[in-house]
Amino acid sequence: MVSPVAESGHWNTQSPKSASPPAEKSRLRFMTCGSVDDGKSTLIGRLLYDTKAVFEDQLSDITTGGAGTGEAIDFSLLVDGLAAEREQGITIDVAYRYFTTGKRSFIVADTPGHEQYTRNMATAASNVELAVILVDARYGVQTQTRRHAYLAALMGIRHVVLAVTKMDLMDFAQEIFDKIAADFDAFANRIELNNVTAIPVSGLRGDNVACTSASMPWYSGPTLLDHLETVEIRSDDATAPFRMPVQWVNRPGLSFRGFTGRIVAGQVAPGNRVRVLPSGQDALVARIVTMDGDLPVAGTGQSVAITFDREIDCSRGDVIVDSEAPPEVAQQFETTIIWLGDEPMLPGRQYWLKTATKVVSADVTDLKFLVNVNTLEHLAAKTCKLNDIGVCNIALDQPIAFEPYDVNRDLGSFILVDRITNATVAGGMIHFALRRSHNIHWQPTSIDRRARAALKGQAPRVIWFTGLSGAGKSTVANLVEQKLHARGLHTYLLDGDNVRHGLNKDLGFTDADRVENIRRIGEVAKLMADAGLVVLCSFISPFRAERQMVRAMMAEGEFIEVFVDATLAEAERRDVKGLYKKARAGLIKNFTGIDSPYERPEAPDVYVDTIQESAAAAAERIVTKIIEV
Amino acid sequence: MLLSTRPIHRPVTRQMSPSNRIFAPLAHLKELEAESIYILREVVAEMARPVMMYSIGKDSAVMLHLAQKAFYPAAPPFPLLHVDTTWKFRAMYAHRDRMAQEAGMELLIHTNPDGLAQGIGPFTHGSAVHTDVMKTQALKQALEKWGFDAALGGARRDEERSRAKERIFSFRTPHHRWDPKNQRPELWRLFNTKIRKGESIRVFPLSNWTEIDIWQYIRFENIPIVPLYFAAERPVVRRDGAWIMVDDERMPLDQGERPFMKSVRFRTLGCYPLTGAIESSAATIDAVIRETLAAKSSERQGRVIDRDQSGSMERKKQEGYF
Ligand SMILES: Nc1nc2c(ncn2[C@@H]2O[C@H](COP(=O)(O)OP(=O)(O)OP(=O)(O)O)[C@@H](O)[C@H]2O)c(=O)[nH]1
Ligand SMILES: [Mg+2]
Repeated sequence: MVSPVAESGHWNTQSPKSASPPAEKSRLRFMTCGSVDDGKSTLIGRLLYDTKAVFEDQLSDITTGGAGTGEAIDFSLLVDGLAAEREQGITIDVAYRYFTTGKRSFIVADTPGHEQYTRNMATAASNVELAVILVDARYGVQTQTRRHAYLAALMGIRHVVLAVTKMDLMDFAQEIFDKIAADFDAFANRIELNNVTAIPVSGLRGDNVACTSASMPWYSGPTLLDHLETVEIRSDDATAPFRMPVQWVNRPGLSFRGFTGRIVAGQVAPGNRVRVLPSGQDALVARIVTMDGDLPVAGTGQSVAITFDREIDCSRGDVIVDSEAPPEVAQQFETTIIWLGDEPMLPGRQYWLKTATKVVSADVTDLKFLVNVNTLEHLAAKTCKLNDIGVCNIALDQPIAFEPYDVNRDLGSFILVDRITNATVAGGMIHFALRRSHNIHWQPTSIDRRARAALKGQAPRVIWFTGLSGAGKSTVANLVEQKLHARGLHTYLLDGDNVRHGLNKDLGFTDADRVENIRRIGEVAKLMADAGLVVLCSFISPFRAERQMVRAMMAEGEFIEVFVDATLAEAERRDVKGLYKKARAGLIKNFTGIDSPYERPEAPDVYVDTIQESAAAAAERIVTKIIEV
Repeated sequence: MLLSTRPIHRPVTRQMSPSNRIFAPLAHLKELEAESIYILREVVAEMARPVMMYSIGKDSAVMLHLAQKAFYPAAPPFPLLHVDTTWKFRAMYAHRDRMAQEAGMELLIHTNPDGLAQGIGPFTHGSAVHTDVMKTQALKQALEKWGFDAALGGARRDEERSRAKERIFSFRTPHHRWDPKNQRPELWRLFNTKIRKGESIRVFPLSNWTEIDIWQYIRFENIPIVPLYFAAERPVVRRDGAWIMVDDERMPLDQGERPFMKSVRFRTLGCYPLTGAIESSAATIDAVIRETLAAKSSERQGRVIDRDQSGSMERKKQEGYF
């Protein structure tokens, strides 16, 4: 017989909600990290196996498919889930696994040890409360151990277990363990990791993983699992003042306007006075709306929808906060960044910055130093490369509400995204707002740009000539200026070589310097356009991102990109200044087209093919374009 | 070589007895719920044209329920998409139509027209061809047809070991390919949703849920699911060590073979010829939870398509399978 309850699809069991309230089990998110091949995946596999979180079919998968046969199961295959990982016997990306015991439920992230995959380790580290740092008993503390310990500390992980593993290969000797624990401690103290519990284990055999080891009677501390089950994890977020970044405004009809989001600190109740930042308007909370009915109060971690007692401006990216204890609003910060991009960081280049639910434009204004993760020395540098950790100042294109990362992870963390490739190139943590951003205000002037341009009877323009060296930028730009001048327009021509004699004489030709070169020229061109001029800029400007950056500085429609195109072969054949010859001979480094890239404009406003068209004809077209718009 | 001293295996019972654990830790489920709602809202706030994949199973049921919570009092601001192989259980079709209607959401259904014309099916072409043509290719067609830039899927990381590796916001090339060796870093709760034209993102709001979380949540929230998840007497035949339900007349029977009635239920639902049932008498949700807690094999074991070759899920996913 078919049970009517079940087959109906709906059921009314003995009203589940009236069942006696369950004992609340907490959840711990932790990760493993450490150097290559230290045995991280093996340890996690063993932990899953010993807590009976592995199904029989999964076990048979790894005993037939993997190297392990008989009783020696290769536990790492339980977590190394990608074909490439199993082929190479390494971990490439994070594996997330879940298990539960009578005391707690766990999410564990097993991370790769290879330096190449540090960004995957950082991905895991940003979301855990505890890190198990593994050290191979045979090799002791390695550079990569220090790097991971440093990253863990940097990302605010307060609880660390030092698991000295493969003790079976070192005869379970106490001296080995003591020595490694002492070495690690010395480093941990310097990076302010104060909560380190050291445990000697064998991941392969399970000693001190879930079961006390008979081979190490000298060790009387907890097993790894005991420790994970009992370590007390506390967060101050719940008792901090209320903060909720607005995710999305819910307005199904005219009568309802709910501001949705996840509460990242404190709690909120109807009647509370809150403030919307950065605008600074106050309102009272009217309702906390959920599908299960209105809530009398909501706390940290909950996803809710809030309505106000009055109409105020509030949208995605704003932060709703306790009006009595609002966080700071600022536009420039000192931060630590972890560079995750394959392309190096370039100061001055504009990146997307996402923090909480807000996306703005930002650039690194000053890279103060990089950190050597081994010695903790500060190193002077002009760029950050993959896996570098740097302290730098950043400037945003608009102010945001924030908290230092130490105070609140959600309001103090950010990512940088490349505007061209869309790759996530950095993770960052805010230290504090720069005073500058509080004290420097824009001085309003009474004669504005429109007035200045009107007096000259012209519309300001920035004409940007880009192309390879020798493509003919300066020739065309010169002709254009002559023609404009003849028509009585006020112009100015900024040329690459000339600028490098003065304003930019401190800059070379590395990628970083090229970006700064263009940034300064952009600022100068902007001032001149402000003065009402038609500014002609003739620069190789090889990177799309910088041309984009300059375009963004100018008013809508003011920027005209002219792509002066010639094939590399043709430019090299012309070689007016003899530079290509020198570059080919290796006498000039970082020469565009030879050993430094040129990114062609995808949609220039004017395209000039200098092989097909004469400079004079091209100049005439450009003038028409300037005058017509 | 293994040494002789082995660790002492204390007989610790780490798992509480199953009957005690029917009542899930509420705090834990509430946290999962809040996280999923956050993810759903990020998708709607940042993506131009999202869609929710609706496969009618228990995970889809939970995902749909979470979407209703995320956008309440509005209906979820995206359509549901069912990629129909035409080989689902009949009870699933009935459930699908009812749920879409109750949620007040648009339901889009797509079947690969080429596959249909060629009469592709699991019995005639085998599970690998059927899955590729009627699921993977069909899904890509559907995403392109309607121009979706984000597809929400109910996959969980605990289902399979290559899924355990996937990001919550998982980037896809214009050819819908997943590159597991080169995934975007995903720090904090800051999801990078920037894509170029033609590229898309698969989003998995249930990434951190486990099978038992799903069941316990279904119980606490009273979420309607397809009755096939509960044990009942059903006509089955034995195929390759699996109990296959004879759901319609398309099932070819060997000479003299007769389906017989057996009390079975399903841990996952898909195309009926490819979905093995388990012997069970668990006819209520509490009984199902009890059995799930005591299960010795994973829920995927009943899925014929996952066992074709080892690592086959990863390969299928790279090609665009959900
Ligand atoms: N004898 C012994 N061997 C171990 C132990 N733990 C791990 N191994 C072996 O060490 C090797 C590397 O183990 P993995 O678990 O893959 O190391 P990993 O740290 O995860 O490596 P990556 O993730 O690639 O950095 C394997 O051959 C393991 O079998 C142990 O406790 N004792
Ligand atoms: Mg590993």
